Amino acid sequence: MIASLTAEKLACTRGTRRLFEGLSFRVTAGQALALEGANGAGKTSLLRLVAGFLPQAAGRVFVTENGNEIVEPEERGRFIGWLGHHDALKASFTVSEQLAFFSKLYSAPPVGGSAAGTSPVKTGEERRAALLEQVGLARQAELPCRYLSAGQRRRLGLARLLLTARPLWLLDEPFAALDVDGKGLVARLIALHCGQGGMVIAATHEPLGLGNESLKL
Amino acid sequence: MTPFFALLRRDLSLSVREGGGVGLALGFFALVATLVPLGVGPDMLVLSKVGAGILWVGATLAALLSLDRLFQADYEDGSLDLIALSPLSLEGAAAAKMIAHWLATGLPLTLLSPVLSVLFGLPTGAMLMLAASLLLGTPAVSAAGAIGASLTLSLRRGGLILPLIVLPLLTPAVIFGTGMVVEVQTGLATGAFGFLAAFSLATVLLSPFIAAMAVRLNLAG
Repeated sequence: MIASLTAEKLACTRGTRRLFEGLSFRVTAGQALALEGANGAGKTSLLRLVAGFLPQAAGRVFVTENGNEIVEPEERGRFIGWLGHHDALKASFTVSEQLAFFSKLYSAPPVGGSAAGTSPVKTGEERRAALLEQVGLARQAELPCRYLSAGQRRRLGLARLLLTARPLWLLDEPFAALDVDGKGLVARLIALHCGQGGMVIAATHEPLGLGNESLKL
Repeated sequence: MTPFFALLRRDLSLSVREGGGVGLALGFFALVATLVPLGVGPDMLVLSKVGAGILWVGATLAALLSLDRLFQADYEDGSLDLIALSPLSLEGAAAAKMIAHWLATGLPLTLLSPVLSVLFGLPTGAMLMLAASLLLGTPAVSAAGAIGASLTLSLRRGGLILPLIVLPLLTPAVIFGTGMVVEVQTGLATGAFGFLAAFSLATVLLSPFIAAMAVRLNLAG
């Protein structure tokens, strides 16, 4: 488990525009950080930078595991659970096929993980069914993704996030397209993840609903 | 190896389910091979001379048809971000995609080629040699194609530029692939097999690294 994510004097340039500079923050185990800022302020860019997709123009970003600083972007990526703008769903795959693929791609642990922490031993398939139940998609398991609504696609993204069981969640507008019940679900999942020692950085226009810190871009 | 085979299997089933894969390539190849004899006329001597070259070019173009979506579809729907964060390296992901593309196009095209070579009156020896040269050369088509696909993955009309990047890279495959068949027809040894094998091996081994580099650049864009 990693103990913290640290950013030191980060700067990000897109094209010729400097989005932010001198940005320093630290997220430790059990903490959630909300990124706030107007449209175009660089929230998504910061998340992509932390994920290791974008190179930073200046500064340093690293995760700390057992006292070691992990700076290399692709190594850092192994700790990250990603919920981006896009759903990463294939129209012809059913909900459960989609989840089974990501389970294999991520070599997801068949037992445990942040979602099933307290539950007894489960096979991969049972675990995926339990995750779908948890995000409210149990009835849609055999439905091809092309028939899902925007909110349902988002819920499937949440199930995938839980499935990959990564310690550091990077969420881009996690509440987008979700109904009231779905927004509550996101807030509960974030609280649960933090309660189990995970970390969350979320770009959002709405309050995360817990005593989290926030960073204004 | 699980993540590698998971991606390979997903890409294969996508190419079957979402079209633009096996059927399209085979149909295009069959149409080219049918139209050329109609255009050239029924002179079997001429046809058997140009047959190998035309079938090689036809197979190459057919394999290129579905290449533009190799990385682009995953880039547009966000899957590429998730693949990049998975335990599978981008090099491994590029290799899995290349192999899936070859299984969905190169291999079926190779298997269809003996049937189509009948239209050019190729004798059995040349027919089998053509299939052998395609079996050896089409992996290089998928591999070089993956380089082109990774470079153009963020371009909206990338599919139009792709052949301009990939076809020049494939000149050696077409020359030596056809050369292997000509050797059988003329009885003159030219060493085409060695050249094709070397080209194919080098392309297949290098392209996952080049493609992964291009994907990284595009994710950072």
